[in-house]
Amino acid sequence: MNSITRRSLALSLAGVLALATTACNRGDDAADDGAGATSGGGEGGQTITLAVSTLNNPFFITLRDGAQEAADAAGATLEVVDAQNDAATQQNQLANAATQGVDAVIINPVDSEAAAAAVTPVLDGDIPVIAVDRSVEGKDVNSTVSSDNVAGGKQAAEALAEAMGGKGKVIVLQGVAGTSASRDRGKGFEEGIAAFPDIEVVAMQPANFDRAQGLDVATNLLESNADVTGIFAENDEMALGALQALGDRAGQDVFVVGFDGTEDGLKAVADGTMVATIAQQPAELGKVAVEQALKAINGEELPAQQPVEVVTVTEDNVADFQ
Amino acid sequence: MSTETTTPAKPARTSRQRLGQFLSDNGALVGLVVVVVAMFIATPDFLTTTNLLNVGVQAAVVAILAFGMTYVIVAAGIDLSVGSVAALSAVSAGWIVGQGMPGALGLVAGPLVGLLAGLLSGLATAYGKLPSFIATLAMLSVARGLTLVISGGRPQSMPDEISWLGSRVLGVPVPILVTLVMFAITAFVLNRTVFGRSLYAVGGNEEAARLSGLAVKKLTAAVFALSGLYAGIAGMVLAGRLSSAQPQAAVGYELDAIAAVVIGGASLSGGQGRATGTLIGALVLAVIRNGLNLLNVSSFWQQVVIGLVIALAVGIDVLRRKTS
Repeated sequence: MNSITRRSLALSLAGVLALATTACNRGDDAADDGAGATSGGGEGGQTITLAVSTLNNPFFITLRDGAQEAADAAGATLEVVDAQNDAATQQNQLANAATQGVDAVIINPVDSEAAAAAVTPVLDGDIPVIAVDRSVEGKDVNSTVSSDNVAGGKQAAEALAEAMGGKGKVIVLQGVAGTSASRDRGKGFEEGIAAFPDIEVVAMQPANFDRAQGLDVATNLLESNADVTGIFAENDEMALGALQALGDRAGQDVFVVGFDGTEDGLKAVADGTMVATIAQQPAELGKVAVEQALKAINGEELPAQQPVEVVTVTEDNVADFQ
Repeated sequence: MSTETTTPAKPARTSRQRLGQFLSDNGALVGLVVVVVAMFIATPDFLTTTNLLNVGVQAAVVAILAFGMTYVIVAAGIDLSVGSVAALSAVSAGWIVGQGMPGALGLVAGPLVGLLAGLLSGLATAYGKLPSFIATLAMLSVARGLTLVISGGRPQSMPDEISWLGSRVLGVPVPILVTLVMFAITAFVLNRTVFGRSLYAVGGNEEAARLSGLAVKKLTAAVFALSGLYAGIAGMVLAGRLSSAQPQAAVGYELDAIAAVVIGGASLSGGQGRATGTLIGALVLAVIRNGLNLLNVSSFWQQVVIGLVIALAVGIDVLRRKTS
């Protein structure tokens, strides 16, 4: 319903939007490009469904834009559906894609476990499935394209330890419990921080990847652990909440490392309030996912895991990412 | 709180009803005291001035939403849209300021957007004959969608006039001050105005209220408009605290708001509920969340604990009312 309304809105506004290219409208423009490709698409162009967990997050918008670019370059049609973070909606969307008989499906699961059931009808229809950013647990898909979150967690630990001078107490703000992103980043961080015997993780608490919760949870944890000098947040939104909780102390006597390299996160790194963020490359994720999907359509064998590099962004190299 | 139990502002009530009301108010209070004492025993970090102020700040947004929800629930309705409407208000304010308008205009416009959204739900309920559950469920989706359309899915930065809502005045966090003001207004409206008293009549027995000459439809529309206005104000406080309006802010807050009202002794079948109880209900939720953090309880268990506490609080309340 929502995506239909949004698409018809996008179509009816297409003329206007074609002229307007403000930063704010970037997402809509990309959708228009897609619509244009649909109507004017050449014969033999493959159709790929991109089922994204939510477009309510700049990260996934950039991922979609990257995928759109790759699809346009290959002359393929990309149909984007947004599950709005609801696993049941996503399941319906994939069932629809299977019925439509698209050539390939790229899924960015709302929930890794629930995605297994969602991709079953697609795989049963012999349609290749590529998972992007988050894995599908309990069902083999053709390939999983994701940032190397474990390596990223390790990189985060190293950046934080360096800022803290190799000693002190750390708290961790965790993402949504049970997601692979949270699990892998947390695991990588624990592994990475273990190399610094003088650093102790004193608390790990969930703030569900949300800025407001990051603020509240960081405030509470700083109350029970006043001598903390380092905070690792499993995404930038929570890190930004932690910065808000710290106020002037951020970057002075408490060091914060985030993850994702979002617009606001990069700004905080440039301002010096955030020590580092581990930048994923969402556009690259989208692009690689589409490339893998096209290969799968051509019957090529794909590696089960297709890691996309993550980059530690500090004050030194932040300009390259903004 | 004690002033409210002694206000003789309800001449139509029998002493037995007053006793029941007294107990149900104090029921929530007893719950709050139990949780506070438990947290105090569990961790020395809980009962410090800073931490109590933190709890107050963290309760603020849900408390303001819940005050608005109290009107609705007293009038035997439900408003599922408040979280989305809060986000829509904040993002609208950000958009207006982004168009080069003064920050103060954004601060006023945000809550007005909330009022308008609430009014639409109210009209659909009162005149469109939709159950409020459905009308506000629709608004939940519409408001969240508009939030995304307006923001393009990206966080909107807030001007100083709105960020001020996240600062402190004379050492007291502004969110707490806003909560207290909204509490006082809600308590006054519900207890001391014809409008407020009428809501108990509408919620208690709509047909009887209509026959006794109350403009039930207008009252219903007004109730949802008020809830929307409160949601708008809550949205401004949330955005003020973060200095930024998040399009995905306040997802699921409607459930916390409803829980706060019900923990506070209101009945979902209408005709009961008070501002004091709602404030206490919001504090109970905030104390639990805060305490779970202080105690470093595992993320997997937190949701279980919160659910159990809600069930327990309401369950005890139901039992006590049966016996009283």
